[in-house]
Amino acid sequence: MRFGHFAAALALGVATAASAQADTTFRWAFQGDVQYVDPHSLNETFTLGTLGNIYEALSWYDRDLNLIPSLAESWENVEPTKWIFHLRQGVTFHNGNPFTADDVIFSWQRTLTEGSDMKGYGRKATAINKIDDHTIEVITPTPNPILPRDWVFMYIMDKEWSEANNTAEATNVKGGNEGNYASLHTNGTGPFKMVDRQIGVRMLLERNQDYWQDIPSNVDQVIFTPIAQDATRVAALISGDVDLVYPVPVQDWGRLEAAAGVKPLAGPEARTIFLGMDQDRDELLYSDIKGANPFQDQRVRLAFAHAIDIEAIRRKIMRTASYPTGLLIGPAINGYNAEVDSRWPLDVDRAQALMAEAGYADGFEVTMDCPNDRYVNDEAICQAVAAMLARIGVTVNLLAQTKSKYFGKVLAQADFDTSFYLLGWTPSSLDAHNPLYNLMSCRSDDTGAGLFNLGGYCNARVDELAALVEKETDPAQRQAYIDEAFQIHWDEVGHIPLHQQPLSWGVRDGIELAQRADNVLDLRNVMIVE
Amino acid sequence: MLAFIIQRLLQSILVMLTVGLIAFGLFRYVGDPISNLVGQETSLAERDALRERLGLNDPFFVQFARFAANAAQGEFGYSYRHRRPVEDVIAERLPATMELSLVAALLALAVGVPMGIYTGLHRYGVISRAFLTVSLVGISIPTFLIGILLILLFGVELRWLPTFGRGEVVHLGWWSTGFLTTSGLQALIMPSITLALFQMTLIMRLVRSEMLEVLRTDYIKFARARGLTNRTVHFGHALKNTLVPVITITGLQLGSIIAFAIITESVFQWPGMGLMFIQAINDVDIPVMAAYLCLIGFVFVVINLVVDMLYYLVDPRLRVDRAVAAGHPG
Repeated sequence: MRFGHFAAALALGVATAASAQADTTFRWAFQGDVQYVDPHSLNETFTLGTLGNIYEALSWYDRDLNLIPSLAESWENVEPTKWIFHLRQGVTFHNGNPFTADDVIFSWQRTLTEGSDMKGYGRKATAINKIDDHTIEVITPTPNPILPRDWVFMYIMDKEWSEANNTAEATNVKGGNEGNYASLHTNGTGPFKMVDRQIGVRMLLERNQDYWQDIPSNVDQVIFTPIAQDATRVAALISGDVDLVYPVPVQDWGRLEAAAGVKPLAGPEARTIFLGMDQDRDELLYSDIKGANPFQDQRVRLAFAHAIDIEAIRRKIMRTASYPTGLLIGPAINGYNAEVDSRWPLDVDRAQALMAEAGYADGFEVTMDCPNDRYVNDEAICQAVAAMLARIGVTVNLLAQTKSKYFGKVLAQADFDTSFYLLGWTPSSLDAHNPLYNLMSCRSDDTGAGLFNLGGYCNARVDELAALVEKETDPAQRQAYIDEAFQIHWDEVGHIPLHQQPLSWGVRDGIELAQRADNVLDLRNVMIVE
Repeated sequence: MLAFIIQRLLQSILVMLTVGLIAFGLFRYVGDPISNLVGQETSLAERDALRERLGLNDPFFVQFARFAANAAQGEFGYSYRHRRPVEDVIAERLPATMELSLVAALLALAVGVPMGIYTGLHRYGVISRAFLTVSLVGISIPTFLIGILLILLFGVELRWLPTFGRGEVVHLGWWSTGFLTTSGLQALIMPSITLALFQMTLIMRLVRSEMLEVLRTDYIKFARARGLTNRTVHFGHALKNTLVPVITITGLQLGSIIAFAIITESVFQWPGMGLMFIQAINDVDIPVMAAYLCLIGFVFVVINLVVDMLYYLVDPRLRVDRAVAAGHPG
């Protein structure tokens, strides 16, 4: 039938989306679409992660998020601020052009153009010098022990192709080059080429037969469809219309287990969910306490921490699939140390005593900001937290709203308009320095530190340690700095980490794949067994 | 007649401006587009620069005036999300919605009219009662639930039909059609039933009550007295007269079908304008939202205009009344 109408379409002499043999076609669905195919357009994990099947960077993550060489065969940190990258030879782009040092330098420069959202990565280097066609020297502004890790998502484009198609600058939402070639076409070195794409509808990939390395995947063609509705997405998997869907609502796991031929696939995500409190203002914006800020009192923060029953959240809301944590980073993150990861035990009596000691024996009222469509069961977690805090006399007024409204309120552009909030964070570099800098450092408009430290937690020693961690090239010393910073932050209850949320995928039997903790599907690891 | 049309056109322009203003006013409450345009680590200064470039810092009425002036020339700007002119994005999604709406409207007519006639003629029959009960269900269950139930039954349990999407399409010029492929036709079945169900029950009940009304009139009694067969009476005389209001309502409902396709499209991941609109809300893609709302407003205005003019032409009483008012007793 498929072939029949394909032939008919050809006979009509009109273009049609190609259909291939079903056995080597892998079909999958996610809740949203790849936002942009220009690899420097948006620094967002799903978009970049999916583009990682088309474009490649100097380094990459394997199935367990270990850093591995990709377009660079090896690298060394020859001087504190100088790295040498040895580029892989014999690699070609999808259009047949060879991959050389010039492409790397060009791509780095492109990340610094106006429309780029990857400028933060680009600024990790002040210069890249070409030593020969397959060797480059990278000069960093400060010593940077994790440069290859920072650049995992800094994808390399073909200089010649980009210039020929007038797309040497990153696509910009408004800058005269909106309809730029690279936002509609791709030309990478990855194992798959993009053949067709209709935004918000589907993306069709075909295997790159000239790919430079052997990979486990036996997939020839990939059809990706965004399916926004949870129920439709799950139905599409059970009915066999797609081979993989994610995310699957946690409450639908039972359905997948009961249905024939499909199963849920769970694991800890690199994302940590936590609570934050405004410790910056002298009076909370949303509270009945006037003239003082209870969250500036460490005893109140500690009381909150002791009042949270994380086991109840894990069992009742997360269906035992979450991973409670006392740190803002999980085991998948470089720099995680299980020895400093401990939680405050549930102790309502202690919490009440602390509240009384702080002068809030009768509790107080506070408004909590919460997204309701961003994290797994986010609103339900907030409701549970509100109920738990009621036991120590705190009345929580929950303001749960859709993510664009929520982020529009709590982030820096609205001047951190919140008193108490729930947020999730995946360090994009998968390294401990990222949360140290973004979540735990004092807020600074000049350096951009603490941009997501919505509660304004601030400790000079933590700042100092964050700066040390950034530059320390000795791994043992670096880990010591990380541990010290996280310990201080824990002692002072800077945030209240809750758990790592579960990855929740649904997959058809007969598909083998790796579920990466950053929720990225790497097609290199996808095998269709039957 | 000309004065009438001009008057109507002026009113339409006013309506369009109001729609645009209300729509534009709503966008302040859908969230911050910048958060959706940049990654989490983008600095504040870069966010502010982008906000400035997009003109989001300008006063509300400046933004609206700029939008209205461009829209009047058919320019809706660039979609934040698609990074292409909004007109192109809409043109790409239009065929899916139009084909779905057309099939749903035809389905509603093809099933609703005969059911209405039947229940009108056999008021107390068992089948009539069954139809009426079923129609009550159709009118009271929300569309998205019907869609999900259909998916569960025909997609998941029986596996006869695809659970989502539009199947494979054939491009004829800029128009993409699902009518020419088997998978395209299969994919059309459940969404069109879902979308048609409400209109179907509406039409059925309308035809039924009109039928009952007409059958009581004197000319039907005369027709019977003349000894005409039931068939001639029912279909030759009664039905003809019931169809005037049915056609009017169906025409007006066509706009609703296109507008209400939002829900059906999002349940079935149908790649039409409704789904585009839902995605635009999620992404706070203001140019797409504005253009879509104006387009829907435009569709309603045009349909109403056409219906008004048809009334004027079709219904002699409208003209006679004016003549009477002008002092020519009939």
